Amino acid sequence: MGKMYDYLSQDVRFIEGLNACINCGTCSAICPAAAFYDYDPREIADISQSRDEEEITALLKSDVIWYCGECMSCATRCPRGNKPGLIIIALRSLSQKLGFFTESEKGRQQLAIKRMVGESILETGYCVYAGHINTKDFPEQGPVWDWIIKNPAEVYKRLGGNYNGDGKGLLRKIPEESLKELKAIFDETGASEQFEQIEAASEKKAEELGITFGKGKDCEYFRYVYEGRTTL
Amino acid sequence: MNIEGKRRIWKAYQKEIADDRYYYARSCIRQNFFPGSETAFLRILKEELGKDIHDDPRHTTCTGIAYHCDVIPFETTMTVVARQFSLMSEAGYTNYVPSCITSFGIYTEILETWHHFPEIEAKVREMLWKSTKREFSKPANLAHASDIIYKFRNEIAAKGKYRLINQHTGNPLRVVEHIGCHYSRMFPHKGVGGAEYPYVLAGMIESWGGEVVDYPERRHCCGFGFRQYLVKANRGYSAACSKKKFESMAPFTPDMIITNCPGCPYFLDRWQFVIAEMQGITYGTAGQGIPVFTYEEVAGLVLGYDPWDLGLQTHQVAVEPLLDKLGIPYDPEMKYKAEGGRFIGTPEYPEVLKVC
Repeated sequence: MGKMYDYLSQDVRFIEGLNACINCGTCSAICPAAAFYDYDPREIADISQSRDEEEITALLKSDVIWYCGECMSCATRCPRGNKPGLIIIALRSLSQKLGFFTESEKGRQQLAIKRMVGESILETGYCVYAGHINTKDFPEQGPVWDWIIKNPAEVYKRLGGNYNGDGKGLLRKIPEESLKELKAIFDETGASEQFEQIEAASEKKAEELGITFGKGKDCEYFRYVYEGRTTL
Repeated sequence: MNIEGKRRIWKAYQKEIADDRYYYARSCIRQNFFPGSETAFLRILKEELGKDIHDDPRHTTCTGIAYHCDVIPFETTMTVVARQFSLMSEAGYTNYVPSCITSFGIYTEILETWHHFPEIEAKVREMLWKSTKREFSKPANLAHASDIIYKFRNEIAAKGKYRLINQHTGNPLRVVEHIGCHYSRMFPHKGVGGAEYPYVLAGMIESWGGEVVDYPERRHCCGFGFRQYLVKANRGYSAACSKKKFESMAPFTPDMIITNCPGCPYFLDRWQFVIAEMQGITYGTAGQGIPVFTYEEVAGLVLGYDPWDLGLQTHQVAVEPLLDKLGIPYDPEMKYKAEGGRFIGTPEYPEVLKVC
């Protein structure tokens, strides 16, 4: 048995996600990602059960594991109770733990997600917060969002909200004590360490690619991974 | 036909939904993009149904989006969820009601994991104690907010001022229902109707007078895909999924779409705007889109709430054609006004998609 398979076998998502795959391809037939990308969840299950060290390592460094949308349609349909979506979660987790994620274009996007969603949680207590969303980065929000975000306090108040206010209610400011507890949980359970690993591996890759690395969402490397620029 | 046998089989597709005394966990996405829906949900439960529902300022995100974008470990999400349960216990409640389908999936997955791997639950209890000095009890009942509306759908219909009937023709409105993927795909027995016959929205539609539209891509994902939408470079995935659904449902000429996940109405609303602007394609009548709603918004309309109190002005696809069909009066002048009727400007018009 290879080292990579050993790592994966310690992950409860992998244990729950993989029984014996019969390669029927039902998961690929139902998969929204397979309809869009050159992606085949059947192959993910098959490579994983092969225990082939080289093939699993190649998978961990590839774009392929980042194509899944984690909708879990595969989980409903597999006649053998496999859940390729859960196998993907375990593979992505390991790819980041080993620093392999920066070897692929799609994997490198983890930096953008860490800075957009991960940092939002610690800063606001929400995965997303209206004040951070603009139509430059999310043009599909449309002109109605420009109107909302120009008048957030009034629009949300009109709809029963408490935008950035103390106390209870919609889009309230999460109390400082709750944010402290979140940070303590992130420190205790490995999220803070994972954030540091994502930053460090990304900085190293940026240097290798000759792209300027910096903090925030406006640095060259962030835009490179977030917008998928192939040239700078 | 053996009806008794069918009833017995259908029983297996039902779930237990608590009757009262709920601890409400708000949704990150719904609060930002469909704020009127959560306000309407609380109003319906308290004022129409007389239920006790607790709105706690201390709860936070469940971290579901970060978890499904794979930027945080499972241990982190489980411990944050354990903290939410601790808040529920502290407030004196046992029935947990998340507003978000991703959260509902997260809670379900975690409770199942703890059931099958008690050593993981023990580890989470230890991590929660170390980080916050908190302890928790697991909920006696876990139901998504749409389950609660489903449970009381007939009471809402009885109190309703409007039905999902076209006032001009007298025919039932043709309604597309879209179930969020994480409602029942992973754990079918946790959703009304399971993964094969999800009935949570169809039940509301039937009770409120509408007709459910069946179409080939009815169960296809809206296209959130977490990282597939959040990262700009991947967003074609999201638009393509929604477009696949629109193309599939359009020949059935639906009057409206109802959703139960906070993200789905956003994608089904906004991608219609994008497809119109980029490709000149619209799926409603006269250059308009198919209006998209949350189930709380539809329940509010049935009960006669003002459309602008429900937040229908925050949609990009115009809702007025549907309001006209329902015979619901509305004041166009008040659509974009702040509280007290104060003028705060109006959104610009899209170039292609027709809005009112």
